[in-house]
Amino acid sequence: MANASAGKGDFLNNLGRIYALYTGGFFGFIVLVGILEQLGVQQKYLGYMFMGLTILVYAFIGVVSRTSDVGEYYVAGRSVPAFYNGMATGADWMSAASFIGMAGTLFLLGYDGLAFVLGWTGGYVLVAVLIAPFLRKFGAYTVPDFLAARYGGNAARLCGVLVLMACSFTYVVAQIFGTGLIAQRFLDMNFEVACFVGLMGILVCSMLGGMKAVTWTQVAQYIVLIVAYLIPVVWMSAKKFGIPLPQLTYGQALQSIAQLEQEFVQKGLAPANSLATSHTAPFSRYSPANYFWLIFCLMVGTASLPHVLMRYFTTPSVKEARQSVAWSLLFIFILYFTAPAYAAFSKLEVYSTLIGKNLADLPMWVYNWGKLGLINICGKAAASAAAVADSCKAIAGHTGVLRLQDFSINTDVVVISTPEIAGLPYVITGLVAAGGLAAALSTADGLLLALANALSHDIYYKMINPNAPTKQRLVISRVLLVVVAVLAAWTASTRPTDIVAMVAWAFSLAAGGLFPALVLGVWWKRTTKQGAIAGMLAGFGVTLFYLVITRYFPHIGVNYFGMVSNLNPITGAPLISPEAMKAALSNPALLDGPVAASHPLQSRVGWFNINNISSAAFGLPVGFLVMYVVSLITPAPSKELQQFIDDCRRPKGKTLMDEKSGLVASH
Amino acid sequence: MANNTDDIYWQKTSKLMVTMMVLWVIFGFVVHMFVTPLNGIKILGFPLGFYMAAQGSLIVFVVMLFSFAKAQDNIDRECGVAEDE
Repeated sequence: MANASAGKGDFLNNLGRIYALYTGGFFGFIVLVGILEQLGVQQKYLGYMFMGLTILVYAFIGVVSRTSDVGEYYVAGRSVPAFYNGMATGADWMSAASFIGMAGTLFLLGYDGLAFVLGWTGGYVLVAVLIAPFLRKFGAYTVPDFLAARYGGNAARLCGVLVLMACSFTYVVAQIFGTGLIAQRFLDMNFEVACFVGLMGILVCSMLGGMKAVTWTQVAQYIVLIVAYLIPVVWMSAKKFGIPLPQLTYGQALQSIAQLEQEFVQKGLAPANSLATSHTAPFSRYSPANYFWLIFCLMVGTASLPHVLMRYFTTPSVKEARQSVAWSLLFIFILYFTAPAYAAFSKLEVYSTLIGKNLADLPMWVYNWGKLGLINICGKAAASAAAVADSCKAIAGHTGVLRLQDFSINTDVVVISTPEIAGLPYVITGLVAAGGLAAALSTADGLLLALANALSHDIYYKMINPNAPTKQRLVISRVLLVVVAVLAAWTASTRPTDIVAMVAWAFSLAAGGLFPALVLGVWWKRTTKQGAIAGMLAGFGVTLFYLVITRYFPHIGVNYFGMVSNLNPITGAPLISPEAMKAALSNPALLDGPVAASHPLQSRVGWFNINNISSAAFGLPVGFLVMYVVSLITPAPSKELQQFIDDCRRPKGKTLMDEKSGLVASH
Repeated sequence: MANNTDDIYWQKTSKLMVTMMVLWVIFGFVVHMFVTPLNGIKILGFPLGFYMAAQGSLIVFVVMLFSFAKAQDNIDRECGVAEDE
């Protein structure tokens, strides 16, 4: 990366060479660590080397990309070529959950987990066709910028900021939480300390250089994370099937899994009804309606998340913004079409090496992860051979042979433990940890920037002090960035398990709150200011209402809002029988305050059997409808505004937002 | 007559948008409604219904976006609203 310190023009002209050198250097480093491992260097130090070196590189890029120019700070000087912006978006988009959790979710849910794979890729079609190129033409710094210009003023801007805050903050907390977990597991660090170490890693990338620094770090992080994701699974594919193309060979793994599933039932190692939940059987965890609504909400949410949309403000042209969305999807696709292979390989490994074995003969790795409470056998953490024997003895009629229903694994462990389970050298485990770290850090950077920019640009500069000089704006931006980051790290260090689960909510909240305003703003000229504001508040409000009521106040939902028990997707019977519902509702302990995660009703009641993860199923139609109706009964937008929309639609001509005056140039 | 070319431009752009949205609905949703019959067909060990959700639709989305960028650029040039290079 020595060249990065040269002038801007040099850097942009030599991008290919610089990142090729960087990638080569990274491979060389992996080989070097591999050699050190063979020479007998302790695993702990190998882990430190991986984490330390990658963070140093990110910090270096962050420091050399420092800037005091507003345009560079907010939109990387609009000079990021489509290809590289695609990579940066890939890293921005793929979070700790995608890297660590996705394969585990597919392991657990089988076919139904593919809703996430489809939802988190298909959304980019909406980004490219409906939204991103037009926001790029407008020349926004933030998503609320566009809302303010299109819907005449700060009321719309404030609505946008509100939704942005609601969906980005929980999301960034979850990323720092993920960083903390990785540092804790691989560096033996105290979790709270690890959260703040992660915070440092995030701040060095973003604070000095804003969007410019984050962009070039994210490209570097994408390379680390994709290499780290592919190597173990390519290795396993080559080892097992002789072809290093896991995406092709896992078809055979699927076949073997199906055979084993049959055998387990025949041999009494699995309950007879377990075939209904076999790996490739659809709609065993989600009903068809829930499956499709989930895909829909994830897709629309993707197209509305501000930290993703703002990446397309950085390209040199509208044309490149469109191409850049295509590149983004390609780079994201590489990971997402590998995840199901990961899941299939590790499921096959577990099925063929564990199920049907004597409890006394389980391999060591089961206890390594069991000790951390991440693998359960017979309902309790598999901390040691003795503990496993004890907990299985407690089950009536247990024969001492491990059955399918005895075993459960935490979804996060699948990716992290696979190298170990498959007997690959430790260097691969270290590599996976570095990849997970890259995924968490890069997403956290993007989110943090979206949050801090909304506060500094939208709230402070546009609403409080429009006359602030450039220097002051940048100082405020940086201070707010640090404040938000510390707040997020502090929240993460309190281990808010709920917040981590809430990340899935961000998609529905963004979809319900922002999607109608963004799409209609470009595609329907008749959308008025009043319509947009009413629609945003209604869509966001309904989504939030459904989420909060079903999760925290299910008894209120049942008593006052006509909610009923959701249904079992296989049998169609209610999850909560009428008697159980009655018992839960008459329990006085329920009647005060929000219910705990262990409560029998939480997230299991609703309208029309729709899970709360798909809340935008209600919020989005309401948002569109309100926006449509209110727009029609309020006066049409002015001639100038209609002209402004035309200008957004046509790629030719200058951007519409003028930096110096901060006003819309065409007015 | 700037208005007229604008209208033609927007008509063509809208048509491309609708085409893309229809493809999106087909490969995002409709195909997967037939997962059970499709799973009866096996290719290289993959049940086809599973394959479509795990890879097939994703490949279609990627190809769609690259062709969309190209098609929209052609419309821009044809109607004279492409950016200066």
